[in-house]
Amino acid sequence: MQSQNELQRLVCSSSPHVRSGITIKKIMFAVVFSLLPAAGYGVYLFGMHALLLILSSIGMAVLTEFGLQKIFRMKVTASDGSAIITGLLLAMIIPPSAPLYVPIIGSFFAIAIVKLAFGGLGSNIFNPALAARAFLVASFPVAMTIWARPHVDGITGATPLGMLSESGMSAVLDHFKTKIAMYSAMFFGNTSGSLGETSALLLLVGGLFLIAIRVISWRIPAMFIGSVYLCSFLFGKDPLMAVLSGGVFLGAFFMATDYVSSPTTTIGQIIFGLGCGMLTVLIRELASYPEGVMFAILLMNCAVPLIDRFTKPKTLGQK
Amino acid sequence: MKTGKIIWDGLAKQNPTFRMALGLCPTLAVTTALTNGLVMGIAVTFVLACSNVLVSLLRKIIPDKVRIPAFIVIIATFVTIADMLLEGFVPDIHKTLGIFIPLIVVNCIILGRAESFASKNPVFSSLVDGIFMGLGFTLSLSLISVIREVLGTGKLIFFGNLLFSFDFSVLGFVLAPGAFLTLGLLLSLFNYIDLKRGTRQ
Repeated sequence: MQSQNELQRLVCSSSPHVRSGITIKKIMFAVVFSLLPAAGYGVYLFGMHALLLILSSIGMAVLTEFGLQKIFRMKVTASDGSAIITGLLLAMIIPPSAPLYVPIIGSFFAIAIVKLAFGGLGSNIFNPALAARAFLVASFPVAMTIWARPHVDGITGATPLGMLSESGMSAVLDHFKTKIAMYSAMFFGNTSGSLGETSALLLLVGGLFLIAIRVISWRIPAMFIGSVYLCSFLFGKDPLMAVLSGGVFLGAFFMATDYVSSPTTTIGQIIFGLGCGMLTVLIRELASYPEGVMFAILLMNCAVPLIDRFTKPKTLGQK
Repeated sequence: MKTGKIIWDGLAKQNPTFRMALGLCPTLAVTTALTNGLVMGIAVTFVLACSNVLVSLLRKIIPDKVRIPAFIVIIATFVTIADMLLEGFVPDIHKTLGIFIPLIVVNCIILGRAESFASKNPVFSSLVDGIFMGLGFTLSLSLISVIREVLGTGKLIFFGNLLFSFDFSVLGFVLAPGAFLTLGLLLSLFNYIDLKRGTRQ
């Protein structure tokens, strides 16, 4: 008996041999936690319907993951929290006045098509929440472009970026009265917009928390926001407004940093962040959509395998 | 070759769309509505049956080295006939299908059947093969079209007659992404069924 025990100590398992305490579950719940302030503020701004949107989106995401994995006899990973993040993120990037079927169809699409059909967590090419939003924008063009005003029921208004692309900067300034008022409304989040994207401050807090506990690196968000600032400046737009408006902060901290659909190398992450920012501004300035964060990140998602391949670090001694 | 086997091959076992993944260009492009998919399928069936017969008749005369150009000439003849017939009898649908009618010439199902079947088999078998390959294609196109039209527009129209409608639609399904999505899901569904039945080689 004893000899068998000794033999067992000689058996070598495959790597990793040193384990940290970090699990998928812990990372996922850290991300959910860091999103809560911005999501909670969305509920405060836009009322109970926003809460219903968030709950139905998360509920459908988890249910889809659990149900499909059961049906296809896959390993059930619905409890690892990644479906919760997808659901929560999706709810945060749809208009707060959208009917409930929008997040329900969206999170079904995100989990069933974008995630599980590609092989589940770790194999999806695109960020599920963003790809689902693209599908929703194509499918429900009306419901996805009606923006509720904060604190007022039933009244809609354009988002700052919508106003900018429709009638120019002077209209935005008219709406907010002064430049300082405009910056502060956007920074604190008292504007029209998607459910969880309005408050740059709360997203920044959540994002910095994730950087501080090393769940995400600073490279992608910094490069993303930096290049949006720079490119908008080059286009002669107000760079600070460009950075604070739309989905830049939410996209830069929480979507572009998705482990699965972003590059793994250091240089790759810098290229990825720069590309996202540049494409965002190009779409905003030259395309027909007022906001470009979603398509910018999805387009860069496509380029990730290429970026990873060309930025592969050399192994020791390699010529 | 037994006629029954040729029929079953065309409809299911070697279904052009879901088994061999041929002719995907019209499959993705014209399946926005049942009527379009159906007319496209019928046009392809007509061209396929006629060209199969002619290729089979001429299979001993056509020199091996120039067989592909010869097939193309035969196919193009029947496509021109189909194009003119559609323009004369169903001008609206002809307009909707647009460039995809002349493009039947380069549809790989037709050239594929000419090359792999009609040029090696007698006339009657080739005719049956052409008809049922075409019907298999028509059925696949109709299936995709029905799914896309019902989900994407919330109604089903059959040659101008409204069959049913409801108040909800997911517009994405009639747009280009919906074509890839529907085709991909149906392909995986049929593969899944095959896998379950264990008939896949």
